[in-house]
Parts: sequence; structure tokens; C-alpha cells
Amino acid sequence: MSQDNTSRAMEEFSKGLWKENQIFVTILGMCPSLAVTNSVINGLAMGVATTVVLILSNLLISLFRNVIPNQVRITAFIIIIATLVQVIDFLLAALFPSIHKELGAFIALIVVNCIILGRAEAFAAKNPPWLSVLDGTGMGIGFTFALVVIGVIREILGNGSLFNISLFGPKFEPWVIMILPPGGFITLGFLLLGFSWYAQRKIKKSQQKEK
Amino acid sequence: MEENKNIEINTPDTGIPEEKVPSSFRLIFTLGIAGFLAGLIMAGAYIYTKPMIDANKAAAIERAIYKVLPNCVSFKLLEFKEGKLTSINPKENKKAAKGEVPRLVYMGYDKSDRVVGFAILGSEIGFADVITIMVGYDANKKTIIGYEVLECKETPGLGDKIFKDPNFRKNFTALLTEPDILFAKKGEKHKDNEVEAITGATISSKAVIRLLNNSMKEWKEPINNFIKADENKINEIKK
Repeated sequence: MSQDNTSRAMEEFSKGLWKENQIFVTILGMCPSLAVTNSVINGLAMGVATTVVLILSNLLISLFRNVIPNQVRITAFIIIIATLVQVIDFLLAALFPSIHKELGAFIALIVVNCIILGRAEAFAAKNPPWLSVLDGTGMGIGFTFALVVIGVIREILGNGSLFNISLFGPKFEPWVIMILPPGGFITLGFLLLGFSWYAQRKIKKSQQKEK
Repeated sequence: MEENKNIEINTPDTGIPEEKVPSSFRLIFTLGIAGFLAGLIMAGAYIYTKPMIDANKAAAIERAIYKVLPNCVSFKLLEFKEGKLTSINPKENKKAAKGEVPRLVYMGYDKSDRVVGFAILGSEIGFADVITIMVGYDANKKTIIGYEVLECKETPGLGDKIFKDPNFRKNFTALLTEPDILFAKKGEKHKDNEVEAITGATISSKAVIRLLNNSMKEWKEPINNFIKADENKINEIKK
């Protein structure tokens, strides 16, 4: 029984990392992943902030899942998520003003991240709290990973730097479009291309093995 | 066989027990309660954090004054009232702040008690939300000598360069404010009153310029009049 539980827990946690990666596989949460990934630090900050909100919202929604009637669940989820984000915003501004100055713009964007609502609807509304927390953690880490990957590519090409450290010296002419919104689309497009090519190849290989 | 089919059509078995539809009252009641609790929680968080946030803001303003006015070691609070600037006590200011918002400017002194400049706060709508900026203004040279962004929710990576990009900040170490502060594309700054904009963040750059021009329009004259007024008066205030 307990072994069954741990393997289930492991699965719920790990599926978000790669197999159901919210950016590369389910293509959710495009707004923040395109808007703020023009440097690694920004991608990382957004990822961490979203992960925290995702874990808490999954936990809360899972706790309230039996109280909320099915017909009004989406509205109720939105109320819970918006309240949560607003309270976090206030608390950060009061207790950690320097962090709030860095993350202020991200926090406002988290509310519109459909991954949060997506996980609430797809997972937390049907599962017990501890599994929902694991699901949120895994999904959050997968999301952060994806943002960092996009951020690395865009910062190197668009700014000639990584973690704000210049890589190519002053003679490098940055490819400015990469830090502008079109650069986000271009990078994401190529990454998705790579991902589906990899997935296709895997399927073909397994088919060949069967033959 | 046929009988069986009929039965199936009459009672489709989806495998899920039929869900009871709750009454509309229950739905409205649940959402009402949820909204009420959400409002209560948010109001509670707001009331709980408001004094701390205000204290943080006041501390940030004070830090910014010393940053935008080089060599500044102390400052006086001046209020624009009935057409002229008068010195006020910071404690009185707190009382007044509850009613209407007083129009304030900060006058900075260096070690030998000479006025080094004025710190002016201004706000303007940027790309995302209101931007609040404090600038140091040297009234003798009519020049902006310092720049500090206090509030900014511009797009991370683009608009937030108004405070993160050292090249953009360099615009404000010696920016002539007359006749007006003007916009220049990156690499095309030729005059002392031009601001070199950030590539990809034109709206935020223009908002900053608009903010500075508005602040100057509002404060240049009162500050000039204040300086022209008796030098002794300034000394008196200092005492």
C-alpha cells in the first residue's frame, strides 16, 4: 500500500518535469513564457514565483474541492487564485520590499497564467491535497526549466550575455530582435520543432522495434 | 435482443452515477460566500500590510533623495502652498497626508550647508502601470543631475530597463531641461536636452520623458522664485 502510494506520488511529481511539460508539451502559459524570458534571470524569477503560487493554489483548491459545486468551480478557482496572488503581492511589498521591486511586474502577470487554472481544473479539483502539492511542484519546476531554456537562448543571442555577464566582449553586435517579442516566438517555435522531432523519432524507433 | 436495445436507449448507462444538480440558490450562495471571504482576506491583508508598505515607501524616498542629489547629507521638506514654497515639518506632513495629498519637494544640502539641488517626485502612466521617478534638479544649471525609479511595473527585460540599463540612466547625470527634454533614438543623441531611448521600449522611454517635462513644468518656477527670495530666509529655515 505505502509502496503504491510512493510510486503514485513520484509519478505525479515527475510527469510535469518532462512528459507533460506545460510549455513544451501542452503549450500552456504562453503569455509569461514569451513576455519575460528575454534573460535567464527574468525567466528564473518568473518560474520560481509561478511555482510558489501554483503549489499554494493547488493546495487550496484541493482542500476546497468538495465544498465547491461543479457548476461554478471555474469562477471559484479564479476567485481563489486572484485572492492568493493579491495577498502574496501585499505581503512581499510589506516584508521584502527589495524582492517586491524585482518581482512586482511578474506577480501581476501570474494571475493570467493559464497553467495555474489549468492545474486547478485538471488535477487539484479531483485529487487530495498532498498529491496536488506534488503535482504543482513538478509542474512548476518543469515550467521554470522551460523558461530558463528559452531565456538562455534569447539572452545569449539578443544581449550577448548570460546571467548579465558579457560573453563575447564589447565587439559583439547583439541580435536585438531576440529580446523583443518576435524573438520569443522564434525561439519557442524552434524549441517546439525540436521537441516534436524528438518525440516523432522516439515513436518511429519503438515502431521499428515492434516490427 | 430488440428489447435489450430499447432498454439501453431509455437509460443510457454512462458508468457515472447521475449528478444531482444543486439549486441556483446554492450556486449563488457559494459564490457569494467565496467572494465575501476573498474580499475579507484581501482587505485584511491590505490593512495589515499598509503601515509596513508605507514605511518602506518613506524609507525608499529618503534613500532616493541621497542618491539623486550627489554630495547631499541632509534635506528639508518644502511644500507648495498658495503659490509659493514653504518649509514644513516632516511630522506635520504626516498629518496632512491623510487629507489631500500635499505637493512636496525636497531640498538637499551638502556638508557645508550649501543647497546642492532639489529632489522632485513625479508619476506618469507607462506601458503597464504608473511609473514613479525621483530626479535631482540643479536649479542653477537648470539640469537634471540624478535619477531614481521608485515604482515601475514595466515589462521585465524591456520597459524595466528604465532603471536597470546603466546606459539609459547615464542620460540623467547631466540632462539640460531647457527648453524641453526631447526624445532621441538610440545612438542619435546630439544635444544636452535629449534622452537616448531604449531599443524596444519606446513607450516606457517616452513616458519617462513626459514625466520629467511635467515635473519641470510644475516645479521650475516655484523653485526659481524660492531661490530668488531672500538668501537669509533659506538660512533661517536651516536654523
